[in-house]
Amino acid sequence: MSIAPTDRPRLPRGVKLRHDDVRGRWTLLAPERIFEVDATAAAVLGLCDGERDLGAIVADLAARYNAPPEVIEKDVVKMLDDLKAKRVLET
Amino acid sequence: MTAHAPLPPAPPIGVLVELTHRCPLGCAYCSNPLALERPAAEIDTQTWARVFSEAAALGALHVHLSGGEPTARRDIAAITRAAAEAGLYTNLITSGVGVSEKLWGELVASGLDHAQLSFQGTDKATNDRYGHYEGAWEKKRAFAAMVTNAGLPLTINAVIHRGNLHQVGAFIELALELGARRLEVAHTQYYGWALANRAALMPPKAEVMDAIALVEAARPRLSGQLVIDMVVPDYYARYPKPCAGGWGRVAINISPSGKALPCHAAESIPGLEFWNVKDHSLAEIWRDSPAFRAFRGTDWMREPCRSCERREIDWGGCRCQALALAGDAAATDPACHKSPHHAGIEAMAAAEAKTGPSAIRWRSYKEKVEA
Repeated sequence: MSIAPTDRPRLPRGVKLRHDDVRGRWTLLAPERIFEVDATAAAVLGLCDGERDLGAIVADLAARYNAPPEVIEKDVVKMLDDLKAKRVLET
Repeated sequence: MTAHAPLPPAPPIGVLVELTHRCPLGCAYCSNPLALERPAAEIDTQTWARVFSEAAALGALHVHLSGGEPTARRDIAAITRAAAEAGLYTNLITSGVGVSEKLWGELVASGLDHAQLSFQGTDKATNDRYGHYEGAWEKKRAFAAMVTNAGLPLTINAVIHRGNLHQVGAFIELALELGARRLEVAHTQYYGWALANRAALMPPKAEVMDAIALVEAARPRLSGQLVIDMVVPDYYARYPKPCAGGWGRVAINISPSGKALPCHAAESIPGLEFWNVKDHSLAEIWRDSPAFRAFRGTDWMREPCRSCERREIDWGGCRCQALALAGDAAATDPACHKSPHHAGIEAMAAAEAKTGPSAIRWRSYKEKVEA
């Protein structure tokens, strides 16, 4: 099921957003998995703290990137659904 | 003209540390070498702490705390803390046997990120038989509960062979029941103990293919609930596995006494010179040690690997397997259909699956063969 505007996404224990200083990029570290994360995705994941709901995350990003919320929401939902399917994001 | 030094290799992704070869279990397919290292040779806490700092500085992201049974070391919590403080993602690879609630609490407090728990079967009889340890079943289930109660991610690891191949579906159910986020269905790879026991472990091809299909069918159904990773049995494969992700390309394995190896079985190849973390920094070892340079990249390859379109996908397959099955560590891995030995090994596997003995040489510091 797709993530809903009132869901509060978070990284579960054992999943960590880290800056990889050696390679100069963001990574999501998970059991036996390393996901390369671009700067925009890192900004999204930085907001997935289990406190903010999806609506608040989208509003924050829309303001930050000066972009229409409906465009942002589409991209964010796609990304978070994908991570949820891979068991590295919870709601 | 000045000579240019070769570019340094890209940094490793992960380091697997065999903290000890001691283990309560006696699995017949153990990935440790037949010549197990003695406890007296194990390197100390401070040396491991230095290795972890060097690994993180070099670019490693994951550390796999393995063995033997890593929790057999009395300083396992201090070792875990040192790895976490170095900034590495810490993965404990354990049998779950011998981990008390108190020790588990210390591991969690030390910053452990993930636990991978082995099961040898999906019922008590199968599990305890193939782990060669009576009572392991209850201890493993208790360990799984401690992990999930602490909120840590749990992986169930199932090594598959002829004796438990029929339980692949039941392993999926077991992983779900125990609350695992991830399941490894790892068909036995034949090195070390498993190679010595190959005739007793080799499954028939048709049943292997059915088990692979079963996992592939389960994956979409369990999306978002359970991630299933599968290691396929390469004697029946068309292409070889890129062993260790390519020699000296992504991984370092360190033995209990501190020997740095390109893969856990690399010592089976005669003539390689391994450097020890007691004598060299991990950066020096990664860049310059003769063993890591021996088969790095593609320059060492001969035909059919050298001109193969998959040479930077498979990296020639596995050097140890090439030695074991083709008698030459620089040959094409016979798991590849382009190897002249491929048809022979598939026929040999099929014959062993059909008529192989059931006598097993259980992993032990002592020699021991039992039915």
